[in-house]
Amino acid sequence: MRHALLKLALVPALALLSGAGAVSAKDTVKIAFIGPLTGGVSANGIGGRNSADLAVRLRNQDPKNKYHYELVSLDDECKANIAVQVATKAASDNAITAGITHYCSVTAIATVDTYHKFGFPVVVWGAVLPDITYRNKYAEVHRVNGTMINQNEEAAKFMLKQGYRTWAIIHDTTDYGKGHDKYFTEHLTKNGGKVLARFGVTADQQDFTTELTRAKELKPDVIYFGGLTPLGVRIRQQMDRLGVNAQFEGTSGIKSDAYIEGLGAKLAEGSLCFLEGAPAEKLPGGAFFMSSYQKQKYNESPEAYGPFAFAATNLVIDAIEKVGPNRKRVIGELNKTRDKDSIIGKITFDDHGQNIVPLITKYVAQDGKWVVWEDSEYATGKRKLKGR
Amino acid sequence: MDPGLIAQYVANSLMLGIIYAMVAVGFTLFFGVLDVIKFSHGDVLTVGAYTGLVTYLGLQLAGIAAPWVQLALVAVAAVAVTAVLGALIGKYFVLPLRGAPALNTLLITLMIGTVLREAIRLFYPQGSNPKPFPQLLPADTVELGSFTLRLDNSILLAAGIAAIALVHLLITRTRLGLAIRAVAQDAETARTMGINFELIVLATFAIGSALAALAGVMNGLYYREVTFGIGLLLGVIGFSAAVVGGLGNIYGAILGGFLFAALQTVGAIMLPESAYKDVFAFAVVIAFMAWRPTGLIAERASERV
Repeated sequence: MRHALLKLALVPALALLSGAGAVSAKDTVKIAFIGPLTGGVSANGIGGRNSADLAVRLRNQDPKNKYHYELVSLDDECKANIAVQVATKAASDNAITAGITHYCSVTAIATVDTYHKFGFPVVVWGAVLPDITYRNKYAEVHRVNGTMINQNEEAAKFMLKQGYRTWAIIHDTTDYGKGHDKYFTEHLTKNGGKVLARFGVTADQQDFTTELTRAKELKPDVIYFGGLTPLGVRIRQQMDRLGVNAQFEGTSGIKSDAYIEGLGAKLAEGSLCFLEGAPAEKLPGGAFFMSSYQKQKYNESPEAYGPFAFAATNLVIDAIEKVGPNRKRVIGELNKTRDKDSIIGKITFDDHGQNIVPLITKYVAQDGKWVVWEDSEYATGKRKLKGR
Repeated sequence: MDPGLIAQYVANSLMLGIIYAMVAVGFTLFFGVLDVIKFSHGDVLTVGAYTGLVTYLGLQLAGIAAPWVQLALVAVAAVAVTAVLGALIGKYFVLPLRGAPALNTLLITLMIGTVLREAIRLFYPQGSNPKPFPQLLPADTVELGSFTLRLDNSILLAAGIAAIALVHLLITRTRLGLAIRAVAQDAETARTMGINFELIVLATFAIGSALAALAGVMNGLYYREVTFGIGLLLGVIGFSAAVVGGLGNIYGAILGGFLFAALQTVGAIMLPESAYKDVFAFAVVIAFMAWRPTGLIAERASERV
């Protein structure tokens, strides 16, 4: 009697097991995602992680796929030393074929040597420092987003066209902030703008009242900030405290919902920033990305670089589908990327693995949202930037 | 330079200075009564700031929206929680080590600080991220030429001065203060005079920590943001300020706090890279210490605390 019961119980259990077996007959391939999942810029990191996760989920639903994909997410905390640790962890794990890596430039530049040493193919999804792809010629390192050179050139020209002439520059003293300062100044002075003062600040500084009072004294038309959201929030906040009446201009580093949340819609109003690529909703695949993202009910928004992480993940998966989960062959395949359709537009890697993104989009904060400049009430003249 | 801008620089560094001074007074109190350096002091401040924030969020949920009521309750909760925390640290970690080398106390409080800091980071939701601190003070401004006088800054400054003055009165004018001073001067004799040594030491720890909590809340109200790591730098700066002023002397701590803030401001104005302002300020502190190893206002045993 007891045996009979046991058998009865076993039959459906076995059936379930064999059924599950049939589904997972595909080999599992692991891909690493690395970004800042904690710390001040974690909103961007988590947005990127969710977007990469979305790409993996969508691909796993496709019955034509040869492999089943699994995303291993690792936290680089936006710190170079932690990034090297997790990069080594991912690259030394033979079960992981490739990586979708880094939002912060400090972490991306710190890890390129690690990836090169291990022959680990990576696609950078958010960091903008030119050196990441251009300092060396590593076959392993690719990047789907543009560099800060493009955005600063566009930013300088755009601001001069608005009639602004004088700037005070605040930048953090990491490679990232210094890079922004360098390329923005270069394009600004070449085109007739003037930098009245320049302040390097540490990346975790809290008090900017002295720097801003100095800026107030010099009365620049614009305060340019080369750095990330947390500092951007503090600086804009303290500009208000001190009554510094200048236009606030950031970079792609502050293009996040967290910037507007941190300040509130009223203080954020009129802030400017610049980002490579077209906004997701304006791209052919953008609507699809946004609607699939919303269907997954992630708690966080994809943020500015989510679409890039999504595109990078798809690029890696396409390569693995084609040549199999072999690092060397994946590198070869990625390097052949030319005019490949993606939700961020066509992807073409140059000989450094850098995607050539000609387009830069300008954003202005309007009513608590980042709005594309051309669609904003500032462009139509209904609202005015500071001092215009 | 435009006098309005000079006023602005002065106002900025006064705000920094009052927060540093409040932290420094705590260090000096602990050193005064027990000859210990309590390195968890900065992180106790962080706990105070977060207690204030949590209280505020709780009040929002409870539907209490009057800003003055909120402000009062935020301050009271922060002060109460950290006073108890400070006393507990004193009772269970500092007092039992009285017979041990001073280095042990230093180490254990350093570790408690790390535990507090990391606990906030790990257990507060999304604790690694900066948290917006509510604006509870009126934000009216008066433009005086190029100087922006803000009502909230003025209130914060006045509150800080009042808090330090209150502590000073408590120590110089009350029976509790008399007992604290007696313990600071000579613990053994104080005991033979019938003073409850342990109680007085714990009261001192509570007072110093409560002051740090107020500094934490003020810091949050000023910058409208708190992070788990604020106590680290504030602790180091507060300690340096207390040492430069003369450990064990309240006036010295206040002087040290404002001096450090002034150095940072001057550093940021004069140096080509304002990122070096902390390097500059700490370098000057080192020079001061070489010049006056006992601090600007040297401690005389008979005048402790």
